Amino acid sequence: MRHRQAIALLAVVGLFVALYLWLHALGFGGPIKCGTGSCETVQTSPWAIFLGLPVALYGVVGYLALLIVAMLSLRPSALVQNGWNLLLLMLATIGLLFTAYLTYVELFLIHAICRWCVGSALIIMAIWVVAVLAAKREWGEGSGTSRPTE
Amino acid sequence: MNRFYAMVGVLAVVLGIGVFALLRTGGGTAPAAAAGPPPTVVDDSFRGYSLGQGSAPVEIVEYLDFECPVCASFATIQMPTIKEQLINTGKVRWRYRDFPLAVHKYSRFAAHAAQCAGAQGRFFEMHDQLFNHHQWAQTGKDPSDLFRSFAQAAGVDLKAYDACMEGGRYAARIEFSRQEGDQLLVDGTPTFYANGKKLFPGLRRLPSSDDFKAVADSIIAHAPPKPRTQPEREHLRH
Repeated sequence: MRHRQAIALLAVVGLFVALYLWLHALGFGGPIKCGTGSCETVQTSPWAIFLGLPVALYGVVGYLALLIVAMLSLRPSALVQNGWNLLLLMLATIGLLFTAYLTYVELFLIHAICRWCVGSALIIMAIWVVAVLAAKREWGEGSGTSRPTE
Repeated sequence: MNRFYAMVGVLAVVLGIGVFALLRTGGGTAPAAAAGPPPTVVDDSFRGYSLGQGSAPVEIVEYLDFECPVCASFATIQMPTIKEQLINTGKVRWRYRDFPLAVHKYSRFAAHAAQCAGAQGRFFEMHDQLFNHHQWAQTGKDPSDLFRSFAQAAGVDLKAYDACMEGGRYAARIEFSRQEGDQLLVDGTPTFYANGKKLFPGLRRLPSSDDFKAVADSIIAHAPPKPRTQPEREHLRH
């Protein structure tokens, strides 16, 4: 249970990071608050759009999906069901792979780093690690368990 | 468990307030010409300032945003070589079109400052000022005074410049250019077209002067031979 709670809390933080970047991409607010980073360079590059939509929107959708699944998995009836940890791990892996692609683009194509993107990358990495631990624990105890295991 | 839900709720509220504060702060007061697109857009038949000879076989149109850092990099790093190798040699004519992105608060204002300078024959000087001193785009502060000093450095008469800026004289022209870019499927800045054809659609980096040289050479190589005419008068800047 603790693992799923941790994923939910991390997903809330990631959701708001992605939300800020998405609203900024839509033109809300002034220049992006980035300290000494190069967020403007990243946000206005051709790679800030993926399949016709702002990259940050994928982050909003991804974190929202993780949050919803994590919250659903915390219902008393779901705590005794198998499969939720696997679903969370799948979602986290998709997010991690997409983040890896974006980090590659930042480092080797745009040659600029956006601190908000680094923050999001750390959050999704943490979610993935927690999801791996949760799945490992579930598998370690064998499938078919019928009690809350975390 | 209830404590956990309360924690999620509190975290969401705190982060929501944080995002709201981030979106609200910074930016200063937007001057009139930066406030947004004008309510009506009229085609004044202006199609952008251009560099190079009217007879150049290749016309490259660049849709740019003055607040875009990538456009600034392109203007300061690639353009000097492009001017030397392609524009000054008569191969290419370069036309600038405005495409202010919604993500940038002062794009329209900067484009308007360039147009007001252009009304006095100083578009290119103002263009260079805006891109060579691009730190203004990183501060988020109202750049009105800074742009005035750029205009002065560009040789613009400030009295006429102020009247032009206050009246938002070219706001409709800039919006027309942006809408034109929308129709041409401009999806970021800078975006380039050579003789009407979109360039580098699959290129995952900023094009270099060599890329433009290859494009120009290819168009010229495939162009039908032209009958000799009287030498045309050269217009390097018009």
